[in-house]
Amino acid sequence: MIAKEKAEEKEIVEKKGANREIVIPGETIVSGSDFLPGEGTRREGEEIVSLKFGLADKSDRLIKIIPLSGIYMPRRGNTVIGRVVDVLFNGWLIDIYAPYSSFLSLKECSKFVSRNDLAEAQDIGDMVITKVFSVKRKGVDLTTKSRGLGKLENGRIIYINSNKVPRIIGKEGSMINLIKEESKCNIIVGQNGVIWIKGNTLEEEIFAEKAIRFVAEKSFIEGLTEKTKEWFEEEKKKSKAEKKEVKKEEKK
Amino acid sequence: MAYTKRPDGRKFDELREMEAKVGIIKNADGSAMFRFGDTIAIAAVYGPKPLHPQHLQNPEKGVLRVNYDMLSFSVTERKKPGPSRRSQEISKVTEWALAPVLNLDNYPNTVVDIHISIIQANASTRCAGINAAALALAHAGIEMKDLVCSVSVGKIDDKIVVDLIKEEEDYEDGEGATDIPLAFLPKSGELSLLQLDGRSSIEKLKEAIEAGKKACKEIYELQKKTLKKVGKE
Repeated sequence: MIAKEKAEEKEIVEKKGANREIVIPGETIVSGSDFLPGEGTRREGEEIVSLKFGLADKSDRLIKIIPLSGIYMPRRGNTVIGRVVDVLFNGWLIDIYAPYSSFLSLKECSKFVSRNDLAEAQDIGDMVITKVFSVKRKGVDLTTKSRGLGKLENGRIIYINSNKVPRIIGKEGSMINLIKEESKCNIIVGQNGVIWIKGNTLEEEIFAEKAIRFVAEKSFIEGLTEKTKEWFEEEKKKSKAEKKEVKKEEKK
Repeated sequence: MAYTKRPDGRKFDELREMEAKVGIIKNADGSAMFRFGDTIAIAAVYGPKPLHPQHLQNPEKGVLRVNYDMLSFSVTERKKPGPSRRSQEISKVTEWALAPVLNLDNYPNTVVDIHISIIQANASTRCAGINAAALALAHAGIEMKDLVCSVSVGKIDDKIVVDLIKEEEDYEDGEGATDIPLAFLPKSGELSLLQLDGRSSIEKLKEAIEAGKKACKEIYELQKKTLKKVGKE
């Protein structure tokens, strides 16, 4: 019975693998009028042709490309972490590591900020977690009017490629919850690939960073959550062995 | 004496050994290497990113900038580093060869920078550069309608020869050597680069273009294979 279930599961995984394949620009993904061109594709007569390098998702009627590399493009509703680069008279200029400059208006700030001293709320060099409120032709508007948004105190910031963010979060947050649980850290992942980690000790933070780097590097593998669980087991064994050695040395 | 044998023993329509790699430069948004025998080109793509000074910005679409550079140790006699008349020209023709496939309409007021460095040269450097740049652009996740494949075709005496080396470029007997760098959009077969250094009749030029088209199919297969391999190791 269990074996049968497992076999079925394997089949699903394989099907999923068959539905996702690397395509190059100009390659025909499918032909026929049953399909609709989605993001990163276009229709050329009967055929749906890829415009980007990435994984083609054929699981639906809507064909789209999941990019594997490249820069972050802001979208409305994205939660991003950015650095304050300038304080203006009515807001802040924030670098969200995208091709366009983004602006956080004083009006979009959740708590009261004195008009005379904007730097008091967040100064140049501070990291803030914000939401993309609108994307216009020239520039992005941000807001912090929501729960959990605002200036980040303490903790450490790491940067990864924004295309790897979905793998870090996992299906319904499975991966990020696993990392949070194992490292006992508080983690916020921005859609732009900036990650904030806050733990009780420095060791915990470094451990969480290591785990995230592991996931980002292995982002192509199927069944990554399982692999990461195994990795955590191994790391635990290693750290235990290290602790034992330290104790031995202390005894000596 | 007519030209009957190539100095490295290749057939007239045979390319040198080729190699391509993607993702070689960690800090770039997209990068690639392309090698024709001894000629090695690396390309790094940065962007789309903000463009300054502002008067260079185009509010309709993104701007493409190409910088071709031959490193001082790439040739036997040390080359003076820095831009030259030659490198500026090649930067410009490379930009024009790549522009038709690129779609930067979604990135107004930005720039895409391509830096091509020739780390070892034995003729056909601009072609290796274009091939590497096309791979790097795809790797950077930029919208393109096709890749670009480039090869140099030559007319040595009265023979059409594919993928020249330095020795052949300097051939002086008979009609001498004519160097014809070509770039194709492999799917439609359109030309995006055609230069001619030397002398050639129209018939021979047509013949050369056909030979180039055939060679580019081989290059396209390699580019395809290289990109498909990304993330599989």
